[in-house]
Amino acid sequence: MSVQKDLFYAETHEWVKYLGGGRALVGVSDHAQEEMGDVAYINLCEAGEILTAGDSLGDIESIKAVSDIYCPVDGTVSKVNNELLDDPSLLNSDPYGSWLVELENVTENSELMDSGVYEAFISEN
Amino acid sequence: MDLKTPLYDTHVRYGGKIVPFAGYLLPVQYHTGIVAEHMAVRTAAGLFDVSHMGEVKITGKDALKNINMLVTNDCTGMYDGQVRYSPMCNENGGVVDDLLVYRNGEDDYLIVVNAANHDKDVAWMKSKISGDVKLSDISAEVAQLALQGPESKEILLKLTDEESIPVKYYSFKAGQKVGGIECIVSKTGYTGEDGFELYTAPENAAELWEKLIEAGSGLGLIPCGLGARDTLRLEASMPLYGHEMNDVITPLETGLGFFVKMGKEDFIGKNALLAKGEPSVHRVGIELIDRGIARDGDKVIKSGSEAGYITSGTMCPYLKKAVGMALVGKDVNAGDEVTVEVRGKQLVAKVVPLPFYKRSK
Repeated sequence: MSVQKDLFYAETHEWVKYLGGGRALVGVSDHAQEEMGDVAYINLCEAGEILTAGDSLGDIESIKAVSDIYCPVDGTVSKVNNELLDDPSLLNSDPYGSWLVELENVTENSELMDSGVYEAFISEN
Repeated sequence: MDLKTPLYDTHVRYGGKIVPFAGYLLPVQYHTGIVAEHMAVRTAAGLFDVSHMGEVKITGKDALKNINMLVTNDCTGMYDGQVRYSPMCNENGGVVDDLLVYRNGEDDYLIVVNAANHDKDVAWMKSKISGDVKLSDISAEVAQLALQGPESKEILLKLTDEESIPVKYYSFKAGQKVGGIECIVSKTGYTGEDGFELYTAPENAAELWEKLIEAGSGLGLIPCGLGARDTLRLEASMPLYGHEMNDVITPLETGLGFFVKMGKEDFIGKNALLAKGEPSVHRVGIELIDRGIARDGDKVIKSGSEAGYITSGTMCPYLKKAVGMALVGKDVNAGDEVTVEVRGKQLVAKVVPLPFYKRSK
């Protein structure tokens, strides 16, 4: 199980990568994919949706169960990762390369954890 | 406090993700994941720890008479070394458990029950038996490993002789040596695939596990957890207690009529089943057309009205289809289009015949 250094994490196990210029990528952590197990389907919101941190971004359906995913920051969905929707197993093999959506007009969320805090958070829970 | 099977340390060492299940700590999967474990069983072989299952010995001159009263199938005329599947009903025709009956000899039987029902079953059976019969719960003295998949026999042959391996499905050979370890070798399983279940003493379980893993290393054998056990049985459309049957669902409603011998003089639940008559529901297969996975309890809707519910559902790794079994009214049949209410959404699905998967001979 790995935690990537340059990302910020939510308690619900999504990660954010700030790209600069108000843009960001959002995905789920290695810990989350390991807990969910083999992913069968991913359902995501559509480009153009304006989201507030905590809003639903969609859900991830694994063989075992379905898990809701939440947007960790405020922003507007500019792109969804269609390659991942076509092959959801990428989320298991490469959780930090498999972003779910790209956001623009992002407001950074100071409540998110850096990698060190997140690592401690998952080892406690 | 959850119990550990004799293989607990082995699972931890093999990277098993441990969860509580039916009072035991068991691996739901290993690092390989459910899909890889499921596929190994369909295409090569998988090894499962099923030591949580309960074993009850029933012996004595009246053993058969009592078993025939307890279970719905007819155990008369079984041969030594034969296994028979049966539901066991309550007085109302609901199912107490489904089980396997092993005949060791004329007056000597072994009953294998579900872990989740073990205490209830033993109490139930004890309260119902009478005459010259002895019931002993030997669950703590028995470990069980399931070796399943098309390569199972090849793997066993590396550890034992051809004569020690039963040929017929639902038969067994007791007192065999597998890798030098005494076992009952039973040609049974819960995966829809060819395979064996090996019963041995708890102190030998870890060694037997290692020997099987080593014997199967060149043949694609991997350890498998409860997750794959569930997707395999569901893909093969085998019922699971607590899902396709329970204290109120009768074996006739859930499509196990073949294992209910109404012609038998008597058995517990017979009168209730007779009184209920032809069941108004039946078990069908549901295949989702829309994206999504139906789960236990989701409503099945036909032409706008509720027709029944999903009893088990998953994404089948081998068939690569999202399917479920459902108990629905008799007016819902294979070929019908229905919807399944999954998390508030109506997903289009079709009714299909069972089983979803059947191995080619």
